[in-house]
Amino acid sequence: MDALTSLHSRTVVLPIRDIDTDQIIPARFLTTTTREGLGDALFHDLRYDQDGQVRQEFPLNDPATRDCDILVAGNNFGCGSSREHAPWALLDYGFKAVISTEFADIFSNNALKNGLLPIIVDVDTHNWLLAHPGTELRVNVGDSQVELPDGRIIEYPIDAFARYCITQGIDQLGYIQQQSDAITTFEETRSWKP
Amino acid sequence: MPDASTLFEKVWAEHVVVPETAATPALLYIDLHLIHEVTTPQAFALLRERGLPVRRPDLTLATMDHSTPTTPVSSFRDLAVVGESAANQIRQMEMNCQDFGIDLLGFDSAHRGIVHVIGPELGASQPGKTIVCGDSHTSTHGAFGALAFGIGTTEVGHVLATQCLLQRKPRSLAVNVSGQLPAEVTAKDLILAIIGEIGVDGGTGHVIEYRGKAIRALDMEARMTICNMSIEAGARAGLIGPDDTTIDYLAGRPRVPQGDAWDTAVRRWRSLCSDEDAEFDKSVSIDAAKLQPMVTFGTNPGMVLGVNDPVPDVGDASFRKALDYMKVTPGKPMSENPVDVVFVGSCTNGRLSDLQQAAGILRGRKVAQGVRMLVVPGSQQVKMRAEELGLHRIFTEAGAEWRESGCSMCLGMNGDTVASGQLSVSTSNRNFEGRQGIGARTVLASPATAAASAVMGRIADPRTFN
Ligand code: SF4
Repeated sequence: MDALTSLHSRTVVLPIRDIDTDQIIPARFLTTTTREGLGDALFHDLRYDQDGQVRQEFPLNDPATRDCDILVAGNNFGCGSSREHAPWALLDYGFKAVISTEFADIFSNNALKNGLLPIIVDVDTHNWLLAHPGTELRVNVGDSQVELPDGRIIEYPIDAFARYCITQGIDQLGYIQQQSDAITTFEETRSWKP
Repeated sequence: MPDASTLFEKVWAEHVVVPETAATPALLYIDLHLIHEVTTPQAFALLRERGLPVRRPDLTLATMDHSTPTTPVSSFRDLAVVGESAANQIRQMEMNCQDFGIDLLGFDSAHRGIVHVIGPELGASQPGKTIVCGDSHTSTHGAFGALAFGIGTTEVGHVLATQCLLQRKPRSLAVNVSGQLPAEVTAKDLILAIIGEIGVDGGTGHVIEYRGKAIRALDMEARMTICNMSIEAGARAGLIGPDDTTIDYLAGRPRVPQGDAWDTAVRRWRSLCSDEDAEFDKSVSIDAAKLQPMVTFGTNPGMVLGVNDPVPDVGDASFRKALDYMKVTPGKPMSENPVDVVFVGSCTNGRLSDLQQAAGILRGRKVAQGVRMLVVPGSQQVKMRAEELGLHRIFTEAGAEWRESGCSMCLGMNGDTVASGQLSVSTSNRNFEGRQGIGARTVLASPATAAASAVMGRIADPRTFN
């Protein structure tokens, strides 16, 4: 995973609540055995109609949004299934951060493990961002801060360990492997065995 | 930890390998890792890349369920029915399990089935265990008093390689269900009502413990239906304290401890419950006696109401978008909507008692003309038992299709899909846009409501059948 320390990008806005992982990437694209190339499937059925025609009204289909790294979405983004294909698809498409008032637990875990940053903001800031697509934001990942165009700085909550891993590009498996003595001791000394 | 603790806190504490600090999450030991073909290929690829073995193949149990056909598979050529990439995924699963020494309940196994149906069936899901799977409905196994939750593929790799996960401790939420469920009102109706009450994000960051008289009265299969849909309220997991019902269910199953070890295990299991004065971070109460058969009307499981109640007319843009997609009219009850497809199955309602509920309604009746009904048992064992009881004949004589086990139309990955615009009454757990097929309109309901709707050709109240 690549280290992510800062972002400077305009936003693209999806003003919909409870965007579930089936909408982020429909199940029929999950027969893949790799993590690459899922950007094409991102929001597939929202981007294209049933005949494969582009839905012009869908915000991501506006060419001006193509280089946006930051997605602003409605409350409870990423609910539903545990498919890590959801953050893989968002990253492959080009997003590096998603802003909402709340993220589903598994989505948030999966996102952070792949270097996609879930940014939780308060309702007022969220409403303002929803109403102002294309806003230019700066994100300082190390300080967990978002800077709005008027210079206002918003601090967002993030697990300290996840932030450390994301800013250093650290893969957590290596960290767990360093605890292998503790794992062996646990296995040998626990009071019952599964 | 305070002196009095909840069941969740007890199970958590027993599995902490390295305690959590402000800077680092806890390292939690996993007792049972269930795996399936869709969320594992990239995890195995990582192991190969780094030359790592699976640390505890003996604590890992594999099956194939999501992309598998529900028509009989007698050779690999039959897999073509689900498409080349799905067939490739299935072949990779076989190869990965073989190379890494993992027990795979594959096509030739009489124990194959939906991962959340076979874990309990084999007796592998036990009280006090930590259970994970690359699948959000892993919460199902919480019915046994286990701490069971879904993980992503990166974490599947962590568990394969180390048998451990890095986790922050979730908060606790008590859902107290008093009273007694009325006749023909099932566990599915109860969990839909609970989700309607707390919302699809009401459980985010929490582990739910379902408590109270109405929960105690449920059999294990009904408890699994309840815990299964915890994730639909956004919860990390859902669990129910073990009791005689739990122990009776487990007795004699192939993967439970045998002989003296069984007695020891039962003693340990009986001590697993929330202390009387344990405190939960949040709690909600529901009276089971007030419930009726529930159906969803929108595009998430929290958009739910009684089968005869009018669809509400309040909500924001997302709410209206959902009603438009579903083509339902505010002010009218869902029971006025004609039905195209009925699906009975899934890890929510694909067990024997679910099929019995549906068969009870269908016995001696016919599926309405123009309605396609698919009955997909949750596992090959469920299928076998149902056939011993003659349920398959009730279904086929009524005009329904009787299939091999698998996830099938719950997520429409294997070719079993609902056509665009069609309305499906489904016993599964998600009514998301496009979940059962592009443009499919899904209404979640109990097996009894689904069967009643199949007979009537429109969404129907099963209570009118008695
Ligand atoms: S039956 Fe549906 S919800 Fe259950 S594991 Fe399969 S796809 Fe997931």
